[in-house]
Amino acid sequence: MLEKDIYEPDRNTAWCPGCGNFPLRKALAEALAELEIHTDDFVMFSGIGQAAKMPHYFKSNAFNGLHGRALPPAIGFRMVNPTMKVIVESGDGDTYGEGGNHLLHNIRRNPDIAHFVHNNQIYGLTKGQASPTTGTDIKTKVQPHGVTGEPFNPVRFAVGMRASFVARGFVSERDQLVKLMKEALQHRGYALVDILQPCVTFNKVNTYKWYAQNSYILNDDYDPTDYQSAVQKAEEWDEGIPLGIIYREEKPIFRDKFFNLSDELLVDYPRPVDREEFMREFS
Amino acid sequence: MDLNLVIAGEAGQGLQTLEEIIGKALYRQGYNVFSHKDYMSRVRGGHNFMQIRFGNGEFHSPREEIDILVALNQDGVENHQQRVQPEGYILFDGKAENERIISVPAKELAQRVNPKAANTVFLGVLWQLLNFELEELKKVIKEKFPKEEVQQDNLELLQAGYDSVEAGFEVEEPSRSGGEGYLFLEGNQAIGLGAALAGVQFYSAYPMTPSTGILNYLAYRQDKLGIAVEQAEDEIAAINMALGASFAGARAMTGTSGGGFSLMTEAFGLAGLMETPLVIAETMRPGPATGMPTRTAQGDLNFVINASQDEFPLKVIAPRDQEDAFYQTFRAFNLAEKYQMPVVILGDQFLSDSASTVPEFKLDELEIARYLIDEDNWPEGKEYQRYEFTDDGISPRAYPGQLSDEVVLVDSHEHFQTGRISEDKDIRKAMVDKRARKFEKQRREDTLEPYYSGPEKPEVLMVGFGSTYGPMLEVQQQLADEGESVGMLSFNDVWPLPTAELEKRNAYNTHLVVIENNSTGQFSRLITAYTEMGADYRMLKYDGRPFTTDELYNRMKDEVKY
Repeated sequence: MLEKDIYEPDRNTAWCPGCGNFPLRKALAEALAELEIHTDDFVMFSGIGQAAKMPHYFKSNAFNGLHGRALPPAIGFRMVNPTMKVIVESGDGDTYGEGGNHLLHNIRRNPDIAHFVHNNQIYGLTKGQASPTTGTDIKTKVQPHGVTGEPFNPVRFAVGMRASFVARGFVSERDQLVKLMKEALQHRGYALVDILQPCVTFNKVNTYKWYAQNSYILNDDYDPTDYQSAVQKAEEWDEGIPLGIIYREEKPIFRDKFFNLSDELLVDYPRPVDREEFMREFS
Repeated sequence: MDLNLVIAGEAGQGLQTLEEIIGKALYRQGYNVFSHKDYMSRVRGGHNFMQIRFGNGEFHSPREEIDILVALNQDGVENHQQRVQPEGYILFDGKAENERIISVPAKELAQRVNPKAANTVFLGVLWQLLNFELEELKKVIKEKFPKEEVQQDNLELLQAGYDSVEAGFEVEEPSRSGGEGYLFLEGNQAIGLGAALAGVQFYSAYPMTPSTGILNYLAYRQDKLGIAVEQAEDEIAAINMALGASFAGARAMTGTSGGGFSLMTEAFGLAGLMETPLVIAETMRPGPATGMPTRTAQGDLNFVINASQDEFPLKVIAPRDQEDAFYQTFRAFNLAEKYQMPVVILGDQFLSDSASTVPEFKLDELEIARYLIDEDNWPEGKEYQRYEFTDDGISPRAYPGQLSDEVVLVDSHEHFQTGRISEDKDIRKAMVDKRARKFEKQRREDTLEPYYSGPEKPEVLMVGFGSTYGPMLEVQQQLADEGESVGMLSFNDVWPLPTAELEKRNAYNTHLVVIENNSTGQFSRLITAYTEMGADYRMLKYDGRPFTTDELYNRMKDEVKY
């Protein structure tokens, strides 16, 4: 096991005291350390939002790009670099709102990426508007009559698309979260981990206490490889929020289909292009 | 000799196949060929036509007058017969309503052999009219149809057509023996080939006319090249994927047209702020919004040079023709990496979809320069900072994993030298200045002056950018032959705008004529902004069609005072 400190998870942040992002960051450092993934061996992609600032508060190679666009650069990177671990860190607005289209197509591709979504069911950085996962009728400054739409259930969505790894964690269930993160990092394919993580400033409904009271850890006898029971579990929310690996399925990963690509980094791959031959096509 | 063939019909009738075969065969017989597509945004029906100009002169643009019209339907006759020269012919499978029409019983002949190969009868008739041997044409047909049965059917119908008429034209012998020393390719293929030979390693795009040909070219050859080509879910994903690949150290590119580029603009600015190299092909069509998908325009110039919010270094290159498109694409990759910035290849439908004979590319002169750090010579113990301040503003570029125990952090926020997010006012100013130094360096050291043809000090100076080069050059030469003092200046680097050659050619009494395919004279305004020169004449065309040589010639005669 590596020292957790190599990721410098105690850096100063712009997060509020008590923010759910803190335990999440600690869990990530622990998962990486336990798996002995050195800073040379992984790269983090994020979009915009409080969660997406993670790369600034964690020693890592990183691409902190645009709002909603954490996944596309991660895929581009993944295709040309088959060796490093690729982690995506983003929030519920970033992933399920602005980035919804990329999420959908990313599940279809199944690239080898571990995606940790900080889901606090609210927009934090822009100060308290509804997110795609905010519950119906919950009032905010811009939804004074309450949220009109139904909340997006990312787990149900991902299971419905048969994503190759779908899990839900909760920052207060620290040991389980570390375990889920480790599983996701070791999973060959796209692993979506939706992580319940309270916003202590703007979400007065979904608090640490509320999540603790409304969630439960899946039994050991739950079989995440069974699609039908995964669909049922994914539906559950009001009657208790299941935590754990909801669904998993071994599938070919995106890069397997690019059999023409070298197993080395494309940047190093000495490509002997016969210039003359390519030009002669047009003679 | 300057002959103009037009093939007209509806989408789905095989016009493009005919165009490819004819163009390639003529080029291999040793002629210069310029071929252009005029087509509608539909898969079946409508009215499309292909124009193929050939002979021993230099051809860079379409002509109005037609020598031989191959009409695959009645509309084809009706839409174009008024352009057919008095001594020209119309080939048509139907009743000959006047003496210029040669009735070609293609369907009837093909019925007995292979109904799908009916168009080949026209090829036979055409080759006999032009008094050509069938040898090269047969070779091209065999390459086009690799299946032996299909080949045989086509060759039989070719001969039937050939034997059905007598030679009609006295045609000059080609000035070359065969295609040796020359190539025949379309603009999109030239861009694709330029990227391939520049070592592109990642290309992601969303299909959009008229840029799709670049995606097709690279996708089809990805196995042989050992590169990754991905059709993204939208243009936003396409450009962001390319940036991720570039961050990993790969040479990355994306391509689109104006609408797709509109979606890309935020990430275009990201490339600027993150200082991540990227090549983008933007092949213009009339807009805004959906506009006219299969038509041509130069209306995105202002948009592209100003794309995305705030200020950052970028470069915009508008290739002049198919040959230039190859070299400029190659050059774009080196510049993008040298300056760690986005470089746009600003083409248009006219360039993308036209094919021409070009001199073979000088492959030995093409050098790939990567500008990545050398990890073996990185100073011991030195912290790597992605945005380290330097005199010329260019920071050492490493990709993740290249230096052990060091991290590469790129950021869309304003950032410290490490890449870490910053709101510090001094850092902000220093970073803006750093990026500006890169722009200044590329403006000084890597700006290509425009191509000039004409006398030392012309009385009339035609000025344009990109694909107007062809018609401008032909008209300039015609007017020069008539004794007029006319020069033409064709820009390929449009941003930053090079001004030295323009200042040299434009004397106080020179009439400046700015020629472009948009309705407000965007390029002319750009020139005025950076040189204080005003256009004396603006020759604008914005009907979705390129300038033809005849049209530009007539306008130069009618509108300009000499």
